Amino acid sequence: MGVNQNRKHRGYNFAFLDENTKREIRRKLLKAVAIPGYQVPFASPELPIARGWGTGGLQITMAIIGPGDVLKVIDQGCDGSVNAVNIRKLLVKTTGVATTFDTNAASIIQTRHRIPEEAMRQDQILVLQVPIPEPLRYVEASEAKTREMHGEMDYSRMWVYLYENIVQYGEITIGARYPSLVNRRYLIDPSPIPRWDVPKLNQAETLYLFGAGREKRIYAVPPHTLAEPLEFEDFRFRVEDFTGRSCIRCGATDTYMNEMYDSSSGRKLFVCSDSGYCDRRREQSVTQNLACAEPTGHPLGRVPPKAEALVAPIQERSRSYPTASKEAGALEQVVIEGKEAR
Amino acid sequence: MAATGEAVLDVRGLTRLYGAGCPDCLVLTGPDAGTNICPQCHAIVACNNISFDLEQGEILGIVGESGSGKSTLLRCICFDEEATAGECYFAAFGTGRDDAFSQTGQARRYIRNHLLGIVYQNPLMGIKPHFTAGGNVAEKLLTADVYNVSLIRQRAATLLQRTEVPLARMDDFPANFSGGMQQRVQIAKALANNPPVLLLDEVSTGLDVSVQARVLDLIKEIQRDLGIAMIVVSHDLGVIRLLADRTGVMQHGQVIEFGLTDQILEDPQHRYTQLLVHSML
Amino acid sequence: MGNVLSVRQLSKHFILHILGGKVIAGCEEIGFDLKQGEFLGLTGPSGAGKSTVLKCIYRTYLPTSGQMLYTGKDGRQIDLACAPEREMIRLRRREIGYVSQFLKVMPRVPAVDVLAGELRQKGWEMERARQRAREFLKIMDINQALWDAYPSTFSGGEQQRINLARTLITEPRLLLLDEPTASLDIVTRQIVIRVLKDSKAAGATMIGVFHDLDVMGRLVDRVFGIEAGRSSTQCSPPQVATDLTPVPGHYYDSASVECGAGASTDRRGSGRIASREDTL
Ligand SMILES: Nc1ncnc2c1ncn2[C@@H]1O[C@H](COP(=O)(O)OP(=O)(O)OP(=O)(O)O)[C@@H](O)[C@H]1O
Ligand SMILES: Nc1ncnc2c1ncn2[C@@H]1O[C@H](COP(=O)(O)OP(=O)(O)OP(=O)(O)O)[C@@H](O)[C@H]1O
Ligand SMILES: [Mg+2]
Ligand SMILES: [Mg+2]
Ligand SMILES: [Zn+2]
Repeated sequence: MGVNQNRKHRGYNFAFLDENTKREIRRKLLKAVAIPGYQVPFASPELPIARGWGTGGLQITMAIIGPGDVLKVIDQGCDGSVNAVNIRKLLVKTTGVATTFDTNAASIIQTRHRIPEEAMRQDQILVLQVPIPEPLRYVEASEAKTREMHGEMDYSRMWVYLYENIVQYGEITIGARYPSLVNRRYLIDPSPIPRWDVPKLNQAETLYLFGAGREKRIYAVPPHTLAEPLEFEDFRFRVEDFTGRSCIRCGATDTYMNEMYDSSSGRKLFVCSDSGYCDRRREQSVTQNLACAEPTGHPLGRVPPKAEALVAPIQERSRSYPTASKEAGALEQVVIEGKEAR
Repeated sequence: MAATGEAVLDVRGLTRLYGAGCPDCLVLTGPDAGTNICPQCHAIVACNNISFDLEQGEILGIVGESGSGKSTLLRCICFDEEATAGECYFAAFGTGRDDAFSQTGQARRYIRNHLLGIVYQNPLMGIKPHFTAGGNVAEKLLTADVYNVSLIRQRAATLLQRTEVPLARMDDFPANFSGGMQQRVQIAKALANNPPVLLLDEVSTGLDVSVQARVLDLIKEIQRDLGIAMIVVSHDLGVIRLLADRTGVMQHGQVIEFGLTDQILEDPQHRYTQLLVHSML
Repeated sequence: MGNVLSVRQLSKHFILHILGGKVIAGCEEIGFDLKQGEFLGLTGPSGAGKSTVLKCIYRTYLPTSGQMLYTGKDGRQIDLACAPEREMIRLRRREIGYVSQFLKVMPRVPAVDVLAGELRQKGWEMERARQRAREFLKIMDINQALWDAYPSTFSGGEQQRINLARTLITEPRLLLLDEPTASLDIVTRQIVIRVLKDSKAAGATMIGVFHDLDVMGRLVDRVFGIEAGRSSTQCSPPQVATDLTPVPGHYYDSASVECGAGASTDRRGSGRIASREDTL
């Protein structure tokens, strides 16, 4: 069966973009893969969604997707969030490809803010939506300067930023967007994935593609490539600590979890950020225990309703320059994030 | 440590023009022409065919009137400016006979980070006021691949102490420091990685007298203890007398006289040097 | 023993560009030899060129012509008139010392460290250098209370002793002294004389300019007279010591007479020489 028959909007080219535009993006992707971590400028085309809502990831996905692909789209680990749903709908309408919530079943996963919990394979591609591709933006406002710094591999100011962090807070307080050095050469912003996900980039089986639509940059971490978070000999990179916590939906203790506050009980609750993974674990326990609702594609399965609004990823402190505040150790904070990062 | 006879830095024919230049720029400018601006094409010949070398542990003084090209000379050596012509060799770079001026940006950065320390006339050119004092020293160490926070802090503390920046202010921002204190942070930073070559542009200008004395002594001490070779640019002959073994005199982009410092000061040969010395004393 | 220094036809002219190229003669065709361990006194009226000769040897002045053959510790012969600057720096650090009348030191450096600094320059490590510096301050009879004070605040006599000490501490082979005892009181002068005698006993070769003929008489082996830039007389010191008394306007007159040997006949005449002994 020709997949194209599933396409509902025939007025558009396959995957919305015209072939020349896709070719341009693919050429830039090849360059990005050839120079791991290097931010390749590209002509970010207009899309029927606003810039800042995942256009960079979408453009990459549109350029690489084929009729036989199985697509998964997640936003902060969740298949069911508005942003993920919209992107998925657009892609399905213009390609007719099959979609899934199951990481293992997907061939292309477009994501914002998370890398799935399951180990990914070499026949899969992870496309990350990137709001700010420039890791040095923390320390240098000028684009010309940051390019020169990359060109000369001059990352000392980023290091000083980390040093000052330690001096002020006793440890590195960067939560998401933890700067990582790819292939011992280029520093990248791994998009706002939590530190939890950063080690997954290193020597991976999977190709990671990063797209920043508004900033018109593409970069990549190819399989089997070093991707090392910056760390000091005496202040090592650490992932978030969830010891003693377990997911209220699936009972997992080894996943990246969102924290919620149940105002009726006054308790803090934790739930897997990766909804697909959480659902699969619940499914398994259903088949074992026969006691669970159907998968929802949403991490809020059976969360008390009042806590629902409070579900948010754990965010660790502001990403901008630290202010004079010195409450060292106050690491984890529940931040209710706005609808969308810009 | 005394000079050893090995040149750590060798500069050959360094020339720097501002402006397009014409074939006659270099001959139409200089002390005889009385200007560094080419009358034909109006390019500024900031440095005109300057050659010298520097041995380990040696302090070379550069004096000259305002605009004679002293700062430009230093800025070319540390790659802040691109030399228009000439070569520059660092003993510790490559084979020692690899021209630094013709290296890639990355190699130059290596040289700058590992083999050079720079102290600018304006402290804010050498330090970042919104990094802490310690962070500024740390930056230099980090560029030289020291990635250990406690080591960095130890070294920063030692250097800041040595340059008389109160330790209590190590984690404060130089933006809130006095000019003299900023200058001392800058020196501490420049020294952080024990560079074989240190470039000092009017270090003591703008410091109050007692601090100035301490800074000069510090520089001398560094030379003795660490065998660091230095180029000291100053319009203050007193500073040059105290610090420099040999001195070059610049005028209108050219070095008009080179010699032992006391000889330059007591038996100057060139007309301009005589004027300079006699108006100073 | 061979000559440590042979000065041959040394001339120094100062060309003052800022005075329209005016030429001033500093010294004119000076020549003398200096044996290892010998102490030569330079005499002559003010402006005769004594300091000029010392500064030429130290290369603070660039000689206009002539040779100054110095035989180094390693036996190598170097013409100081045209030795490269680096060679001069090396010699100054290791072999040739110069003591001027005035102290020039880093401000805010304690006396001990002024002396120690000289040894540090030769590669001594700090504590050892300081130890030796203290010994030297003691030899120089500097009040212990001053050791850690800044020499710029010292009295003239104290400064002069520091000045001498900072050169002597490096034990130079060839020592050039330009009025090291000027304006010292009798007691301090004795100390300086003692110290210089010790240096001589230790083998140092020295050239000194002394206004105080008594001091010179007690120290030098030989006197070399300069007048109007030129060599004038040579004689041995005992005579100088006993018979010379400075007479204003007739500087060293008696010396020239006493010294006899080729004494000048018309020293003041044209400002030119009287006699010269090139072959010592
Ligand atoms: N970026 C520039 N563009 C044009 N001309 C410049 C530039 N930088 C320096 N110059 C010119 O080059 C010449 C040498 O300047 P430089 O700053 O090297 O002088 P300097 O000897 O350091 O003077 P000062 O003692 O005042 O610091 C001057 O004529 C100056 O005007
Ligand atoms: N740096 C100089 N520049 C110009 N002329 C000089 C310089 N040094 C010395 N002279 C001149 O050379 C001549 C000899 O001077 P010098 O200082 O050698 O005399 P001196 O014998 O040491 O006299 P004094 O006993 O007064 O110290 C003098 O005419 C002096 O003015
Ligand atoms: Mg300048
Ligand atoms: Mg004199
Ligand atoms: Zn779960």
